[in-house]
Amino acid sequence: MKPRLPRTPAAVAGAALVAAMVVLAVIGPPIWGATAERIDAAAILQGTSTAHPLGTDSLGRDLLARVLVAGRFSLALALAATLIGGLAGIVLGALPSVLPGRAARLITGAVNALVAFPGLLLAMFTAVVSGLGARGAVLGIGVAIAPGFARLTQTLAATVAGSDYVSAARMLGVSRRRVLTGHVLPNIAEPLILQLTQSLGGALLGLAGMSFLGLGVQPPSFDWGRLLFDGFARIYVTPEVALGPAAAIALAGIGFNLLGDAMAKAAARTAPAGKKRTAAVPPDPGEPDPGAVLEVRGLSVAFPGGATPVRELSLTIAPGEIVGLVGESGSGKSLTAAAIGGLVPYPGTVGYGRLLLGGRDVATLSGKELGTALAMVFQDPMASLNPALRVGGQLAEVAIVHQGAGRAEANRRAVDRLGHVHLPDPAATARQHPHELSGGMRQRAVIAMGLMATPRLIIADEPTTALDVTVQRQILRLLREVTEETGAAALFISHDIAVVGGLCDRVMVMYAGRVVEELPVARLAAEAAHPYTRALIASLPDMDTDRDRPLASIPGRQPAPSDVGPGCAFADRCALATARCAAERPPLISYGEAGRVACWEVK
Amino acid sequence: MIIEDLTVRFGAFTAVDRVTLEIPPGRIVGLVGESGSGKSSLARAVSGLVPYTGRIDGAHNVQMVFQDPYASLDPRMTVGDSVAEGVRGRRDRAGRRAEVDRLLGLVSLPADLAGRYPRELSGGQRQRVAVARALGAAPDLLVADEITSALDVSVQGAVLNLVRSLRDELGLSMLFISHNLAVVRYVSDVVAVMHQGRVVEAGPTGQVVGEPAHDYTRALLEAVPRLTGGLRE
Repeated sequence: MKPRLPRTPAAVAGAALVAAMVVLAVIGPPIWGATAERIDAAAILQGTSTAHPLGTDSLGRDLLARVLVAGRFSLALALAATLIGGLAGIVLGALPSVLPGRAARLITGAVNALVAFPGLLLAMFTAVVSGLGARGAVLGIGVAIAPGFARLTQTLAATVAGSDYVSAARMLGVSRRRVLTGHVLPNIAEPLILQLTQSLGGALLGLAGMSFLGLGVQPPSFDWGRLLFDGFARIYVTPEVALGPAAAIALAGIGFNLLGDAMAKAAARTAPAGKKRTAAVPPDPGEPDPGAVLEVRGLSVAFPGGATPVRELSLTIAPGEIVGLVGESGSGKSLTAAAIGGLVPYPGTVGYGRLLLGGRDVATLSGKELGTALAMVFQDPMASLNPALRVGGQLAEVAIVHQGAGRAEANRRAVDRLGHVHLPDPAATARQHPHELSGGMRQRAVIAMGLMATPRLIIADEPTTALDVTVQRQILRLLREVTEETGAAALFISHDIAVVGGLCDRVMVMYAGRVVEELPVARLAAEAAHPYTRALIASLPDMDTDRDRPLASIPGRQPAPSDVGPGCAFADRCALATARCAAERPPLISYGEAGRVACWEVK
Repeated sequence: MIIEDLTVRFGAFTAVDRVTLEIPPGRIVGLVGESGSGKSSLARAVSGLVPYTGRIDGAHNVQMVFQDPYASLDPRMTVGDSVAEGVRGRRDRAGRRAEVDRLLGLVSLPADLAGRYPRELSGGQRQRVAVARALGAAPDLLVADEITSALDVSVQGAVLNLVRSLRDELGLSMLFISHNLAVVRYVSDVVAVMHQGRVVEAGPTGQVVGEPAHDYTRALLEAVPRLTGGLRE
């Protein structure tokens, strides 16, 4: 799908200005050409009059007509300069990825030196050397533009050259030249074309500047810069003669820059803007459960454009209980955690029948109350820690902000908490910066941060995915220990059903935004009922898997949130599916002891 | 093939320290270890992507399949063109086309996928395309570096089955690298355990997993997450 220009005022204005310039370039000379050249000895050096709205020049020629006619020449020169600069720059920038090491370094160094050189100086130097006139000016501006293009091409090409697919091509024996034309250039073409559009505006201004300095177009030819140069001498007597060409240059420059910006934005855009949809609020959820730490009824998360990645999710967690939420990427498990913590990214909207944390609606909790009642641990501990601050200070901050503790008291508590998560030398760790710690130690520090207050609920979203198995085991043990000691409940989110099975008390399996099965972990291995849960378990090799038999696998793929049909989302991949499964969505109903399942085929 | 005394240094840091490892023909050698153990550096050295000292004998054509199938296929190239990159010795269009179809068939993908772009494929399908591309060069050795760790569990099984069927049906030799011991155990004939740049234990899979000789191997085995219990006292 091609990116479409957004309908912002700036984009529309840019497109309109550029369109007007193109029309002017086409129709200007045939219509006003004769007028622009007509010498009138009776009307020399006039100011504004009805016959000559912008006055006349030293030969009595009408300046309005000359400005309108000069559009074609000005734009053509700018286009030529941009193409010369762009082409030279792209070739210079791409050469290092084809040439052998020494030559490549030489070119890179030359480009770096040229980038450091002021552009206009480079342009003037080239123009003077290659002779005054339009050709010199175009060459000069082209040379001024080239280093920027070379640098951009080089940077973009280096990114592509470092990618796995280029490594793969090299191993396959694909030549450097083929890598350049087949892989590198197609993948960097888009930003380069955008840069060309924006450079066009710059070239136009640059050429006008050259003509204005007398280095560009020489009489009898004329472009906007030349007209401005001629009019400037009279600016104190009849300012309007300079105004016409100045306005034309400004409008064209603004037009190309606005259009270039709009195109760049359109290309960078990924999510299409659709009509705003809010998540539906389900009907009355009944009486709240007084014993639950977290009670969620009918939680939905919706995004504009019709995608609803979380649908009517309900869950209850008791004190000290660890509930595992397991599912593949795109199942909505992380968004569920984000919705509970109030962290759903814009423009998502959250709807729910009930969302109680410690018996109170999350929406009525202040930031401080939510901050002390809820601790969140994410996959990347570096994202939760500020790299510029010492670990201890960051933990102390929590006590100072949320509990109003003094600095000394807060620091003492921070060291105590770091010791609590079994960091070997808590006082020393408190004085270190996050980058000095290993991944496992950082994740411990984040958990310690969550324990600075006395959280009722810990939400851990893939907390061990980035860690080694031996460290993973330690962190999982720590989570278990913390919940047992403090009585806090935990929601543990993972894609790995083995990890969830090893740690949690209860497991909820999500598929395409909905919970499809919920059951106590003791029954997970042998008594899971939903075909998806069973397939997940069967497809996971463990230390007892029979190595002589193929692993189970699930054909097809999980539907995207916007593609979920009216029936069971798993029906397409399910061996048991019937016509009913495709047409009608199975409700999540009680099944077995303390379990729920959503499947028509489970009897 | 045999790797002898292979060392990879990055500046003063020794990523792989005098590793000797034999990969018997038609066998899968599993290389397991944690991050920083040097297993990926070893893979890249064997594939010729990083400089090394030491000897690699008996493998002239090594191909590699990468971890992230979203990054290892050119987004602007059709599946057919990507796979055709590795096809050698066939210059005419029809011959290449037939060879691409055959390679896609080897990894159980329908031939009509050739005209599609990677973004239209699932992660598991992309990884199969990457395998097909590598097979096109008729490698003596295929290096698979964490090829299932970016995949969802439901498609991981299919890729592991593919790895085993390539060995059984084509007699392909493979160096299979993973941090997941259960996955390595499932596909490998021989398991080598790497720790701090050295191979600390290597042997037939049943022996290494059943009677581990090295403390580090035992620690790894103990840490493998298990569906039933372990952490609940």
